[in-house]
Amino acid sequence: MSTSPSPDVIVCPGGPLLLRGEHVIADEDGVEHVTERPVSALCRCGKSASRPWCDGTHKVLPEKDRP
Amino acid sequence: MSTLPKPRGPLSEALLAALASGHTDLAHVDPDSPEDAALSLWVLHELSYRGYDAVDDRLEHDPGLVRLRGRLEDDLERRLRECWPGRPAYDEGFAEAFFAWVAADDGPSLARHVQREATADQVVELVQHRSLYTLKEADPFTFALPRLPAPVRAALAELQYDEYGGGRPERLHAHLFAEGMAALGLDATGCGYVDEAPLEVLEQNNAMSLFGLNRRLRGASMGHLAAFEAVSSLPSRQVAQGLDRLGLPAEIRAYYEEHVEADAVHEQVAVRMICEPLIAAEPDLEDDVWFGAWCCLDLEARLARHLLAKWEAA
Ligand code: FES
Ligand SMILES: [Fe+2]
Ligand SMILES: [Fe+2]
Repeated sequence: MSTSPSPDVIVCPGGPLLLRGEHVIADEDGVEHVTERPVSALCRCGKSASRPWCDGTHKVLPEKDRP
Repeated sequence: MSTLPKPRGPLSEALLAALASGHTDLAHVDPDSPEDAALSLWVLHELSYRGYDAVDDRLEHDPGLVRLRGRLEDDLERRLRECWPGRPAYDEGFAEAFFAWVAADDGPSLARHVQREATADQVVELVQHRSLYTLKEADPFTFALPRLPAPVRAALAELQYDEYGGGRPERLHAHLFAEGMAALGLDATGCGYVDEAPLEVLEQNNAMSLFGLNRRLRGASMGHLAAFEAVSSLPSRQVAQGLDRLGLPAEIRAYYEEHVEADAVHEQVAVRMICEPLIAAEPDLEDDVWFGAWCCLDLEARLARHLLAKWEAA
């Protein structure tokens, strides 16, 4: 096992961005959202109904529209 | 603590008597139906979760009962492995292959039924059936925690921390479900709905316990977890919409709304940070990861077929 710290920001291919820890996220409109879980998933496809959070919608998008 | 269910045949009848008397040699008693066997195994597993008011806690490791548990578990595992089509072939990475395999599943969906056409009575029945697992949501997988390599343990602990409310008991998922049940006028105290549970619900629960309680099946436990999380967030939204359509209480909706976002995280963690590194560390477990995942989808499809056929006939 590596001894370097594990990443706190993880890009999931075709899916969300995982964020470990507490963060305040400002969305496109400047509205702030506070993370509420040990790891949060930020939508990257733009199609989630719960933005800024991922709600799994990326999985039903055609391949070309996935992040 | 749970209350003991009603027997469903000679084996469960003898088992309930053994739990009361402490005379536990059941080697010569056989079940007379799949329900009798499944209920007996469920009753035995429950000794490792919450126990029963009227039963000595020491019986969890009683040799006669452990032998019976092994016999019933071996039979369940053999039946599941006989139906398993085997691990799919893939060229891409494990995570991509896993998500693609889940997406290709075309089993019947209870969530879609709830969203579009279920009656309130059907939803209440479904909540009762779900309660066998959901009142101890996440617990079967916690049994596997100390049996996993270090990076996998860290990731599973992080996932379970969220299932268990992130340190806030009022956010514990099993508690959110109990509040939803109470709002529907249901009994959420112990395991009040085992007597109503069809075979399919008992076997779903038995498989999760089988995988969690046996170290050798830790791969199947994590595969099952990953599949469970990967078919949850969008269906949870469908269920929440159905509850809204029926005007059912906000508390039960809150449980499903929580799972839209929570499981969008958990599916990524379970696939990329639990199963993938588990397979990297212990390649021999890969078959079982896929086997456990298949069991999750197959047992859910069996339950969905059973309930949809029953409701259609009514
Ligand atoms: S990335 Fe998951 S819904 Fe957008
Ligand atoms: Fe949960
Ligand atoms: Fe989850």
